[in-house]
Amino acid sequence: MHEYEALIVGAGGAGLYAALEASRGARTAVISKVHPLRSHTGAAQGGIGAALGNIEEDRPEWHAFDTVKGGDYLTDQGAAFILADDAVRAVYDLEHRGLPFSRTDAGRIDQRRFGGHTRNFGEAAVRRSCYAADRTGHMILQTLYQQCIKNEVSFFDEFQVLDLLIEKNTAAGLVALELGTGQLHVFRAKAILFATGGFGRMFRTTSNAYANTGDGPALVLRKGIPLQDMEFFQFHPTGIRGMGILITEGVRGEGGILRNRKKQRFMERYAPTMLDLAPRDMVSRAIMQEIRAGDGIRGDRKIDDYVYLDATHLGKKVIEAKLPDIADFCRTYLGIDPADSPIPVQPTAHYAMGGIPTDNDGRVLADGVGTVVRGLYAAGECACVSVHGANRLGTNSLVDLVVYGRRAGQDIARYVQEADPPPVGKEPEAAARTLVETLRGGKGPHGGELRERMKDLMMESVGIYRSAEQMQAAVAELQSLRDRYREVRAQDGSSGYNTDLLEIFELGNLLDLALVTAAGALNRTESRGAHSREDYPQRDDEKWLKHTLARLQADQVRIAYRPVDISRFEPKPRAY
Amino acid sequence: MNITLQIQRYNPETDEKPHFERYSIEVDPGARVLDALMQIKHNIDGSLALRKSCAHGVCGSDAMLINGIERLACKTLIKEVADAEGALIKVEPLKHLPLQRDLMVRQDEFFERWRKVKPFLITEEAIAEKERVQSPEQRAVFDDPTKCILCGACYSACPILDGKNTAFLGPAALAQAARFIFDSRDRGLIERLLVLDHPDGLWACENHFQCTRVCPRGIKITKNINLTKRRIKQAKEKGEA
Repeated sequence: MHEYEALIVGAGGAGLYAALEASRGARTAVISKVHPLRSHTGAAQGGIGAALGNIEEDRPEWHAFDTVKGGDYLTDQGAAFILADDAVRAVYDLEHRGLPFSRTDAGRIDQRRFGGHTRNFGEAAVRRSCYAADRTGHMILQTLYQQCIKNEVSFFDEFQVLDLLIEKNTAAGLVALELGTGQLHVFRAKAILFATGGFGRMFRTTSNAYANTGDGPALVLRKGIPLQDMEFFQFHPTGIRGMGILITEGVRGEGGILRNRKKQRFMERYAPTMLDLAPRDMVSRAIMQEIRAGDGIRGDRKIDDYVYLDATHLGKKVIEAKLPDIADFCRTYLGIDPADSPIPVQPTAHYAMGGIPTDNDGRVLADGVGTVVRGLYAAGECACVSVHGANRLGTNSLVDLVVYGRRAGQDIARYVQEADPPPVGKEPEAAARTLVETLRGGKGPHGGELRERMKDLMMESVGIYRSAEQMQAAVAELQSLRDRYREVRAQDGSSGYNTDLLEIFELGNLLDLALVTAAGALNRTESRGAHSREDYPQRDDEKWLKHTLARLQADQVRIAYRPVDISRFEPKPRAY
Repeated sequence: MNITLQIQRYNPETDEKPHFERYSIEVDPGARVLDALMQIKHNIDGSLALRKSCAHGVCGSDAMLINGIERLACKTLIKEVADAEGALIKVEPLKHLPLQRDLMVRQDEFFERWRKVKPFLITEEAIAEKERVQSPEQRAVFDDPTKCILCGACYSACPILDGKNTAFLGPAALAQAARFIFDSRDRGLIERLLVLDHPDGLWACENHFQCTRVCPRGIKITKNINLTKRRIKQAKEKGEA
């Protein structure tokens, strides 16, 4: 039994920032299923948005507005203002901690354009994204981990959390499996933060890492806590064709242009002001419209057709200086140089706007009227504050990590001073032990086929465009996949390094989250942000300007709602 | 195309020593070696143990020996290592680190040596209200080693660690030291001298260039080591250290 005051689950940007803050006032440990430096924050490329105004005039208020409009008004506006105001401080803080930002000639942090970020409430694109070449997330992850080393934060690397202990609506501890030995460990704590990242692995084509299986949200869901706005899943417009590997929006921020088979700059027809720098949901839909019209590069109108991202006019020098990793990916995976040839791209499942509902201090909400689960926190992609609403703007994921990771960490440091350690039951690891013994013992089918089917179902039926009939079928089939999952057993009977066992556990998490995502999407009979219904193509503020709260009860998804904070900007039609 | 992967297997719970097993599969020549390994894991043998995460060469989880050379399995395409139908691809764990299971090695010692160089910004200067000023030229000087993902490929490839000096800090730790020493904002040269200016530090490197050759991020590691050696010599000559 390990005893701490605070436990952080996940060691990406949100988890590490929270750990740095929490450890100032609480005895803190970080539990991560991968070594912290393997976390997916490291894959973020293009930048972190903050209204520094280093190149041209900019204001946090404009950033907040863009965030709200980008989220198609499902963004909680108070949270968006906190995000935009605190982003400026956060970027300076990262610089002070050693982050090697790219610089202007004057030696200030350089900034570039990014999708949906504008000056003066939508007039034109603004240079807001602070970046370190095209490996901004890598540098954030490295810098925060370096700071944790310096400050001697405790880590349990390669520990997979299998169970969350909650007693009387109060977080009490965790049960985790040590990968190397297969041993179960019970951790007790007054405060627990989930910062486990996204769950894009439920889709066939994704930019997400193997590790992005939504472990935190799935554990919380099984404890009867709802998940918020799960139907909003972002498809990034520019993944490498066939592989889903992310090609940063920074390519378009630097001047890259999307073209169809006729070499037309088709975004002119969809977003006349912002063009290729319209928000991601709009650009992804535009690509699919081109493909459906037979103007994809192959022209066969199939869902896996693609378009070109043309950066050839930027020249080798700009590409190698500002987008070196993109050039490297193109050489490695496509055998092309982006300075010479356009990049074949198609939308790739990228980011979960939804997740564990929290207030502005990262405290997990149990319902639609603000009841807090005491001692339970969430931050980063696995959380839903909600600053991203129905569609996240580029760069705002990194802002979210450092702003809300920090706020959660600070609140944890405060909370542990006043909280008593909650009791845990007699055999706290019993449920986790049963799970492990069941999966590891006896014969049953391997989960491979279920995983493949789930990915195809989600891609085809709960992807960019959605309709009732397809989603009804998807929900039913996901339920049957979940039934069949109960029979799945690991082929690997070993105790130590049993990655087979853990992948099956992760598959179970993905299946539960896929069900909630599909059911939420079927339930929301409107189109908003990343959620595009062919049978309900309009946004319907009267009926649907509200957050979804989805619970899993007796294997059925039960839906309730929460109001949206629209205190600052009146919802308006969204054009770019 | 059809290929055969010859994979080193070892389970400490059941095997006395490592052995090889062969798996024949159909793959697209443009697929990654990681895709092939996962195809085996998901469809043929779930007990195959390896680390992986981002699957596009930025997280550093899946460095291994592929046909005898340190590579990231997710950044190596089948067609790069299999020249014809039926080709054999040999896959083994990294060297110089204790074997855990199959393709997994214990990385504690690798990270321990990295920690020794104090891989974080060291400065006593008062923090500015905004960002510190750093020119693009000052920023460019240390750009190369910022790319490091600590995958351990260089540590495995380094001939010094074969036996001549197994206490050598290794190329990755030294590249990370260079990342800070050449950062105009850092003041930690003296603090790092104790481990760098040491027979197990910089001076153990004999310019074999194997680290540079295998680095999946293209970092000129040997060059960074030599620049650091020169910087320390200069500091000593000037009486800074």
